[in-house]
Amino acid sequence: MADTMQFDLVSPERRLASVPVREVRLPGSDGDLTAMPGHAPAIVTLRPGMVVLVGADGSTSEFAVTGGFAEINADSVSLLAERGHPRAELTQAVYNDMLAEARRAQQSAESRREHVGEEVVTAAVKLVGDMVAMGTHIGLDPNQSTVPD
Amino acid sequence: MPSLKDLKNRIGSVKNTRKITKAMQMVAAAKLRRAQEAAEAARPYADRMSAVMAGLTANAAGQAGAPRLLAGTGSDQRHLLVVMTAERGLAGGFNSSIVKLARQHADRLRGEGKQVAILTVGKKGREQLKRDYGDLFVHHVDLSEVKRVGYDTARMITDDLLQRFDAGSFDVATIFYNRFETVISQIPTAKQVIPAEVPADAAPANALYEYEPGEEELLAELLPRSVATQIFAALLENAASEQGARMSAMDNATRNAGDMIDRLTTQYNRSRQAAITTELIEIIAGAEAL
Repeated sequence: MADTMQFDLVSPERRLASVPVREVRLPGSDGDLTAMPGHAPAIVTLRPGMVVLVGADGSTSEFAVTGGFAEINADSVSLLAERGHPRAELTQAVYNDMLAEARRAQQSAESRREHVGEEVVTAAVKLVGDMVAMGTHIGLDPNQSTVPD
Repeated sequence: MPSLKDLKNRIGSVKNTRKITKAMQMVAAAKLRRAQEAAEAARPYADRMSAVMAGLTANAAGQAGAPRLLAGTGSDQRHLLVVMTAERGLAGGFNSSIVKLARQHADRLRGEGKQVAILTVGKKGREQLKRDYGDLFVHHVDLSEVKRVGYDTARMITDDLLQRFDAGSFDVATIFYNRFETVISQIPTAKQVIPAEVPADAAPANALYEYEPGEEELLAELLPRSVATQIFAALLENAASEQGARMSAMDNATRNAGDMIDRLTTQYNRSRQAAITTELIEIIAGAEAL
C-alpha cells in the first residue's frame, strides 16, 4: 500500500492546497479524526478548527477551516471548506473577521428563534463556541472581535 | 450637402467614439481573462460538491423523510424567478437575452395559472422587467458595490432565498443567467435550484461511503451549500459572459466606427475637390470674359 495519499483543500473560490500527505487530522463535527492511507470511504462534516497535514517527510502544516465537509477515500482526502486559511495567514485580523461572521449568524438566528427553530440557534451558538475554542488553541484572542450592529 | 467644416467635425467625433470603444474593448478583454480564471478556480469545488450531492440525493430522493429543499413543498404553484443580469449596459445582447428568456418563462407560467414572483440581481434586468412585471418584484440584489464577485455574494443571495423558502413564500426557484460558451457566444440558461434536481443518471453509487453524522443530517447540511455553490457558479459564468459580450460588442463598434470614418473621409475629399473645381471654373470663366 502506498504510504501517502493525495490531499486537496478547496474553497468555493480557489484551490488552497493539493499535496501528498501521510496523514490528515480533521476536526469532525462528531469528534476529531485522523485519516491515513487505506481509510474506509467516508463523508464527514467538519466543525471550525485546525486541519493538520503530516507530509511524506513527517513535516506538519496547519490550516484553519470554518466548517465544511471532507470526502475520504483510501488514497485521497478532499476537503471542501467555505473558508480556509493556512496557519501563517491566520492573523488576529482574519480571525476577528471570521468570529464576527459567526457571531452575526448567531444573532440573526436568535432574533428569528421562532422562525428557524431551536436547533438552528443551538447550532449557531455551538459554532461560535468552536470558533472561540479554535482561537484560544492557536493563541489568538477571541475577545478582540466585535460585532457591528 | 454638409459643409466641409461639418464633415470635419463629424469625422473628429467618430474618431473619438472609436477611441472609447477600443478602450472599452481592451478593458473588457482584461476583465474577461480574470473572470475566466475565477470561474476556472471555482470548478474543483463545484465538481466535488455535485459529485457528492449526486450520490446523496439519489439515495434520499425516493424516501419519505427527504428534506424539503430536495423533495419540494409538494406543490409547484408559486414560482420564484431569480434573474441575474449585469449592472452596466453596452454589452451587446447580454442583458436582453436573459430578460427575454425570463419573460418567456414568466408568461408561460402565468399562462398555466401559476403565481410568479421575480427577484432581480443586477440593475439592468430590473430596469427592463420593471414596466411589464414591476408588481411581481419581491427583492433586488444590488451588485454595483461589488467589485469582484465572491462567494460571500452568492451566500448573501442564497441566504435570502432560503429565508423566503423557509417562510413558505415560494415552491420552486429558478435562476436565469448566461452560460459562458465562448467569447462570441453566451447561452441564456434557466436552471432550477430549489427543489434540487436529482441528476437522472446518478446511481446510488456512493452507498459504500460511511456518513458521519448520518446521511440525512449530512444532506440537510449540504443542500443549502449546494444551492450556494450553484448560484456562485452562475454568478461567475455571468461575469465572464458579460465581459465576453461587451468585448465582442465593442469590437463590432470599433470596426463600425472605422468604416464610418473611411466613408466620411471619402465624402470629405470629394466635396473638397468639388469646391476646388468650382473655384477654378469661376477663375477661368472670369479670365475668358476679359
